[in-house]
Amino acid sequence: MSTAVERFDDKARGAFDRIGDSQVYQGELLRHRVYTRFLHWMVAVFFFLALFSGFGIYLPWLFRWFMPIFGGGPLARAMHPWFGIGFSVFFGLQALNWLVPMTWTAADSRWMRNLKQIVSGQEKLEPPDTHFFNAGQKIQFWEIIIGTIVFLITGITLWFGARTFGRLTVAVSYVLHDISALIMLFGIFIHIYQSTIGQPGTFESMTRGAVSEKWAWTFHPAWYQQVTGRDAREAVEQARKSGAPEPKPPMI
Amino acid sequence: MSNRQTLQITQMSAHPGPIPGTGVQRDLEVCKLVDTTTCIGCKACEVACVEWNDMPFAPTMFENTYQTMPETRWNFWNLIKFNEHQKEDGTLMWLMRKDQCMHCADPGCLRACPADGAIVQYANGIVDFQQENCIGCEFCVSGCPYNIPKFNPATKKVYKCTLCSDRVSSGLEPACIKACPTGCLKFGTKDDMLQHAESRATQLREHFGFEKAGVYNPASIGGTHVIYVLHDATNPELYGNLPRNPQIPWAFTVWKWLAKPVLGTLSLLGLVGVLFHYVTVGPRRAQPEPRRASEPPAPPQTRVHKEGQ
Repeated sequence: MSTAVERFDDKARGAFDRIGDSQVYQGELLRHRVYTRFLHWMVAVFFFLALFSGFGIYLPWLFRWFMPIFGGGPLARAMHPWFGIGFSVFFGLQALNWLVPMTWTAADSRWMRNLKQIVSGQEKLEPPDTHFFNAGQKIQFWEIIIGTIVFLITGITLWFGARTFGRLTVAVSYVLHDISALIMLFGIFIHIYQSTIGQPGTFESMTRGAVSEKWAWTFHPAWYQQVTGRDAREAVEQARKSGAPEPKPPMI
Repeated sequence: MSNRQTLQITQMSAHPGPIPGTGVQRDLEVCKLVDTTTCIGCKACEVACVEWNDMPFAPTMFENTYQTMPETRWNFWNLIKFNEHQKEDGTLMWLMRKDQCMHCADPGCLRACPADGAIVQYANGIVDFQQENCIGCEFCVSGCPYNIPKFNPATKKVYKCTLCSDRVSSGLEPACIKACPTGCLKFGTKDDMLQHAESRATQLREHFGFEKAGVYNPASIGGTHVIYVLHDATNPELYGNLPRNPQIPWAFTVWKWLAKPVLGTLSLLGLVGVLFHYVTVGPRRAQPEPRRASEPPAPPQTRVHKEGQ
C-alpha cells in the first residue's frame, strides 16, 4: 500500500487535514475526507467557470449575457481553455482518488436492471450489495472521464486552431467539444438534483463530509456494513420496529 | 455603391421625360476582376493596400522567389503569388496571382464565427470583419477555404482584406485597383465583371492559344466577389493552391444546425426531468423516514391501534 499515488495522497491528505476539519458526531459516518471534498469543489468551480465562459461562445444569441461576467467575449475566450485545464487537473486527481471505489462490479450490473424501480420510487432502499458508489454514480464518473479526455483532445485542437491542426480537424473538434459539454451539462442537472433536494442528507457529505447512519444504510448498505460491521437490512428493520425517530430540523 | 440606391430620385415634380439616374445601378453587388494573364508582378497593389489601410510594416521573406512572403498576414492582406510552371513543351510560364480575400457569397468564416456581429456581409457582397466584436477564437480560420483570416497575437483579433469597404462606400474603387498599372485589376458590378472576364477568356482561347482559359468563380461557395481570369482554368491549383472546389467543412453545418439546438434542448431536458421527478416521484429519503411535526398522522391501517388515534 505505498504506490506513488497513495504516498502523494497521504501527503496531500495530511496537508489538507491541517486546513480542514471533519467533525463526525454520534450517529454519523465520515463519507468524504477533506482531500476528496477539496478536489470536488475545485472541480465544481472550474466546471462552472468553463461552462459559463463556454456558453457565450457556444450559443451567443441566447447566452451572450454570460460574457460580461468574464470581462467580455475576448477575455472569456482567452480564459476558457485555462478553466478547462483547471477542471482537467483537479478531476484527474479526483479520478485517481476514486479509481478503486468506482470500479464496475457485478452488483452494478444488477443495479442497472433494477433502475426503473429505483427511479420511479417503488424501491425505497438501495439493493443490499450497493457499496460506496452505486452504478448511477459510476456511470457519471466514467462519462466525465471519457468526456474530459474528449475535452482535452478537441480543446487543445481548438486552442491552437486551424493553423496548427488543419481546417477539418478543427471543424470536427467543435462538434465533439460541444457534444461532450452538453452530455456533461445533462449529467450535472441530475448530479445536483440527487445531491440536494432529490436525496436529502447527501449534500452534507460534500460539505462537512459526514452522512447520517440512516442515510448510509439506506443508500449504500454494503458500505455501511463494511464500516460499521452491522447488517444494513437488519438495522433498517430494528429502526422501523423501534418507531420512527422524532422529527429533526430539516437538513436541507 | 450600395448607398447610392437609397438616394435614387423616384419622383420629380414638373419634370418632363425620364428621371435622371433611373436604372443606372443595375446590380448592387460589386466585384473585383483579377486578370492573371496581364499581371506583371509589380506589386503596386501590395504597396497600395498597406498604404491605404495604414498597416505597420511586415517584414518580407526571401524564399527563392519574387514573392514578398509565403502567405498573407494580419497586416499584409494583398499578396502576389509567384509560380513557375513548366508547360508540356518544356517551356516555362510565370503564373502570378493576386491573393486576397475572395469575398465569397457563402462565406465560411461567417458561417464558423461564434461572436455576435464580428463578421458581416454587406448587400454589395463585401465580407467585412468588425474587430470590436471579434473574440479572437480563430474559428473563421478553419472556416475559410482560402486561408485568408490572420490572427494578430498582440490584439487577439483576426484581420483580412476589406475590399476597401471604406473606399467603396464613398464611391471609390479599392486601393489595389487604383494602383494597378496594367489594368489587370478591374472593379465594377458583378454582372459587368463576369461579362468582362468571359469575353477576355474567349479572347484568350480564340486568339492567344490558351485553349483552357476561363473564369474562376467557384459555384461551391455561391460564387465570389473577386474573380480571376486564368490561362488554365482547369488547373487553378497551379496558381498557388487556388482550390478548384472550395468547401466549407460539413462539420459547421452539423455543429450549428444540429448539435447546438438539438443537443442543447436535450441537455435542458435533464433539468426538466429532475424537476418532473421531484414533483411526481419525490425525493428519496433515508429509511425509515423520520416523521415531521407538520405532517399528518401515519396512515390508519398500520398505525391506528398503536398510536391510539
